[in-house]
Amino acid sequence: MVNTLRMLGRTGLDFFQRLGRAHLLLLAVLAGVPPLALRFSLVIRQLHSVGVLSLLIILVSGLFVGMVLGLQGYNTLVDFGAAESLGVVVALSLVRELGPVVTALLFAGRAGSALTAEIGLMKATEQLSAMEMMAVDPVRRVLSPRFLAGFLAMPLLAAIFSAVGVLGGWFVGVGLLGVDDGAYWSQMQAKVDLYDDIWNGVVKSIVFGAVVTWIAIFEGYDAVPTSEGVSRATTRTVVHSALAVLGLDFILTALMFGD
Amino acid sequence: MTSRTVEIGVGIFVALGMAALFMLAMKVSNLAAYRTGPSYEVTARFEDVSGLKVRSPVTMAGVRIGRVKAIEFDDEALQAVVTLEIAQRHNRLPRDTSASIYTAGLLGEKYIGLEPGGEEESLRPGDQIRLTQDSMVLEKLLSQFIAKFLEDKRQ
Repeated sequence: MVNTLRMLGRTGLDFFQRLGRAHLLLLAVLAGVPPLALRFSLVIRQLHSVGVLSLLIILVSGLFVGMVLGLQGYNTLVDFGAAESLGVVVALSLVRELGPVVTALLFAGRAGSALTAEIGLMKATEQLSAMEMMAVDPVRRVLSPRFLAGFLAMPLLAAIFSAVGVLGGWFVGVGLLGVDDGAYWSQMQAKVDLYDDIWNGVVKSIVFGAVVTWIAIFEGYDAVPTSEGVSRATTRTVVHSALAVLGLDFILTALMFGD
Repeated sequence: MTSRTVEIGVGIFVALGMAALFMLAMKVSNLAAYRTGPSYEVTARFEDVSGLKVRSPVTMAGVRIGRVKAIEFDDEALQAVVTLEIAQRHNRLPRDTSASIYTAGLLGEKYIGLEPGGEEESLRPGDQIRLTQDSMVLEKLLSQFIAKFLEDKRQ
């Protein structure tokens, strides 16, 4: 009985300690962001690995998600004689929800896991300690550029996802199923609002980008420095990021569209 | 990988992202409808504007010539005051133009339709449209219809 209580207390303490360490790390990382303006080449290199290398999976997924939305939306709408509204359905689902959320999930799997593995391995092979020995702050040199790159890349990736998805829906709806081209675009433009829909989608993707990158670099930096520890940290990054993205998405949606 | 290819890759990535955002703003959303260019404002009073929203279209002969800029409630007259923003190049509407609230389709959005009158003088900025017709509320119409139907039956 006492042992069970002790276990519970220990788990709780561990959890809050990790949470505390994560927030302290975030503060240190954010403090390292402004000086990066002088050494932007570090960020460019990271933008390449989190942004450019994620581009292909984002383009392909966006295209197929848009095409499926076009097909499913058409089959449902045509029963009500409202196939002209296909553009609205495709654009609103992509811009409000699927764009930011699916991009964030793919981003966690593609870029977040890579960040954790890289940083965890740097720790396991004592590269981070070596930097400290040379009086180079590993948080500023290694973590801050990665955080800034993830923060910048995610909104761009989500926008690319949504734009490609809208084109995919257009390709299926207008190209294959015969929805009127003019109706597809004009109904979309009449119903999609620049602030309510597009801007809120961008805000969502910025929040998701920051959270996923934060989780990824914290898990890497906090990993047990063994091969097993790094592999566990990588798994945790993907699982925790996915949960955080889906939970935050509900909260953000309730705040933005809930009134 | 040389830093040159890395930089070119990042450049392409950022350009693609910006282009996607630009496409979402211009092609997908209603940004185009925000730009009305130079315009002037006239007001109109209605007893009932239910369903009308800020940015609803203002049309004449079915052509969009402006939008609703504001909807306010006048505490004195207990009426709705609607401010219409009409494009400057349509500045020769007759003074006795009338405004009505219509519905696009059976359940569609409300918009304001203007019908020209016959006067020589034209509406000036800040003028008020005198002749207005209220928004049609389906429930009100139905209850009127039912009341009339019952009355006819009784006779």
